[in-house]
Amino acid sequence: MTLGKRRVALIAAGFAALLTFTAACGSSGPSGASGSTPSAWALTGGDEQTFRTSFTDAKIDGQFFGNDAYKQKIRSAVGAGQAPTLLFSWGNGGLLRSWVDAGKVMDLTPEVQKDPTLASRYLPSVAQTGVIDGKTYAVPNNGMQPVVLFYNKELFTRIGAQPPKTWDDLMALVPRFNQANIAPFSIGGQSKWPQLMWEEYLVDRIGGPDVFNAIAANKPDAWSDPAVIQANTMIQQLVDAGGFIKGFNSIATDSNADTALLFTGKAAMYLMGSWAFPTIKQADPDFISGDKLGYVTFPTVTGGKGAPDDIVGNPANYWSVSAGASDQQKQAAVDYLRTGVMNDSYVDSLLANGSVPPVNGIEAKLAKTQDPQYLSYVYGLASKAPNFQLSWDQALSPGQADALLNNLDQLFLKEITPQQFSANMNATIGQ
Amino acid sequence: MDAPTIASEPVELGSKAVGRPGAGHPRTGPSPLMAVPALVFFGVFALLPLGGVVVLSLMRWDGIGDPSWTGFGNWVTTLSDPATYHAIWLSLQVMVVSWLFQTPVSLLLGVLLAGRGRYRAVLGVLYFLPLLLSAAAIAIAFKALLDPNFGMSRAFGVAALSQDWLGDPTLALYVVIFVIGWQFIPFHTLLYQAGVRQIPRQLYEAAEIDGAGRVRQFLSITLPQLRYTIITSSTLMLVGSLTYFDLVFVLTGGGPGDATRFLPLDMYLNGFSNNDMGRASTLAVLLVVAGLALSLGLARLAGFQRGSQLEGA
Repeated sequence: MTLGKRRVALIAAGFAALLTFTAACGSSGPSGASGSTPSAWALTGGDEQTFRTSFTDAKIDGQFFGNDAYKQKIRSAVGAGQAPTLLFSWGNGGLLRSWVDAGKVMDLTPEVQKDPTLASRYLPSVAQTGVIDGKTYAVPNNGMQPVVLFYNKELFTRIGAQPPKTWDDLMALVPRFNQANIAPFSIGGQSKWPQLMWEEYLVDRIGGPDVFNAIAANKPDAWSDPAVIQANTMIQQLVDAGGFIKGFNSIATDSNADTALLFTGKAAMYLMGSWAFPTIKQADPDFISGDKLGYVTFPTVTGGKGAPDDIVGNPANYWSVSAGASDQQKQAAVDYLRTGVMNDSYVDSLLANGSVPPVNGIEAKLAKTQDPQYLSYVYGLASKAPNFQLSWDQALSPGQADALLNNLDQLFLKEITPQQFSANMNATIGQ
Repeated sequence: MDAPTIASEPVELGSKAVGRPGAGHPRTGPSPLMAVPALVFFGVFALLPLGGVVVLSLMRWDGIGDPSWTGFGNWVTTLSDPATYHAIWLSLQVMVVSWLFQTPVSLLLGVLLAGRGRYRAVLGVLYFLPLLLSAAAIAIAFKALLDPNFGMSRAFGVAALSQDWLGDPTLALYVVIFVIGWQFIPFHTLLYQAGVRQIPRQLYEAAEIDGAGRVRQFLSITLPQLRYTIITSSTLMLVGSLTYFDLVFVLTGGGPGDATRFLPLDMYLNGFSNNDMGRASTLAVLLVVAGLALSLGLARLAGFQRGSQLEGA
């Protein structure tokens, strides 16, 4: 019996040892910090194929995630010192800023000084988004994604109308489309962020870029700016007038149901990032080849201070190099940023997918693509814009972005007034 | 017609000889050391993280930089924020309405499926299908079905199905509760089916001789005999509703506005999308306390310590 007992004790101790051992392994197993092969995490869809090809050429170990999954995973990984060598971000704000503040990404300024083309080959407004406090931390890796007002040309011909140039035009179109049993605007309200595009454009058109700059700088009561109040009042007027398709808050963008409403002729207009074009092209090629898709910039607001060609959206996505990587990995990553990213075949591959890289002097290349008209339009839009406003949810701190999307959703639902919206958002300043 | 007394008649199957180990022979039972692996496991994967969460709830941490002490700062923000109370209120609603919806449905389905017959077996297989699907898959499927323009209204050609299912703040909560029910009713049905099959046939035979009808049998034999199954299933349901968030996260993300942002989801979003780990930890502690209180309360209510109601069977 005593022998049995001792054996049991031994087994138990063995188990305990085994457990602690596996637990220890679990936390140090998938380490990305050592070794010589650089790694990279990027997003699925869109430009995934371009990334994959260039990773293979540069011998980089690439992994791909969905948008939300990536944002949550990368955070834990960076916090735990398990970050990949190349970090994918949206530029100045949110993620990138938190990495810079925590000293988790490498300052690329010395590399830029060594060979300025690392940054200077990009359009200045886009390259600028990778710069924080005068230092370069990130460089672009894919196409520009300005938000554009898409419209269905066929439906406009049917009611004999022209795309709106001013907000008043837009409001006048709403009853005309509704009478013809066509929803004026499609929007994926359930995903919340499409609603933000309206807010961003209206605030810029009414008050200019300074309004959001004050918000981003956490100035007290910045959300009470008259431009914000006016923009939100106009949004609620548009909701009241039946501007958005019925049940718009049940429509999610993940399944592209909002895009489908435009090309199936259920909705006349659609405010969305430039990536809607490849989506439509894939889902209904005839809609593009039959020249039924129109696109214009967001209408102006009478008396507004903002430039009519200011745009909002995502200037691009960016690569940063992890500060925790080994020297070998860092070197390989910087080499990749110099020669692997945005080389000739890389740019061609992006263009073939319908995204427009923010590289200087590619007009000739654009003319040779399958959709020269649209791609040149996007390129012109982005290169001429006096201000390319990064999406607010990327530019603000994650906590503020979450509160913003919630409050905006309630504003669209008319659960809160523009004044309440401003008060709620003012309360998040400094969080 | 006194079926209840039938239930209290002891059916002696001689189990007393098997149970109650070791009163006079202290060495026959397994050594307490056998519990060590389980205890180590519990300590490392349950108690240690729990302690970590309590400590984190007193710190400010964005998940990347170094955590810093804030004392009760997080608790003050959490407990003074109306959003927390809104989330608690939603959680209570989800809990109560889910229970009211799931319990009768799965009880009746379980009783139905416990009977013999080929059609029941076929139905049983169909009913259990949702059990095989992951919560995320269910949420994505329902999201597509509930789309007002391209969803089931179009598939079935019924315009009445084109509602603002997930966009209307009041409706969305009930839609969420329905989908949660759709996912979990099969599991509870399984519990009830097993429970019903455990009830000795003699009880029903005796009741039949006494002239009890089906409804009377159900109320006087099935229900009382299922007492512990009901308690188990309810505990799982109530405590479970404090933890399941994956389905809601994918289905609505807490929206529209914050209409379905109940406590577990609020905790997740605060921690992993707002990167406020300290505040998320305070919510986690609240959830742990609520969950413990709930299961202890239910166990006490059930009177587990009073032993079996069906002596020996």
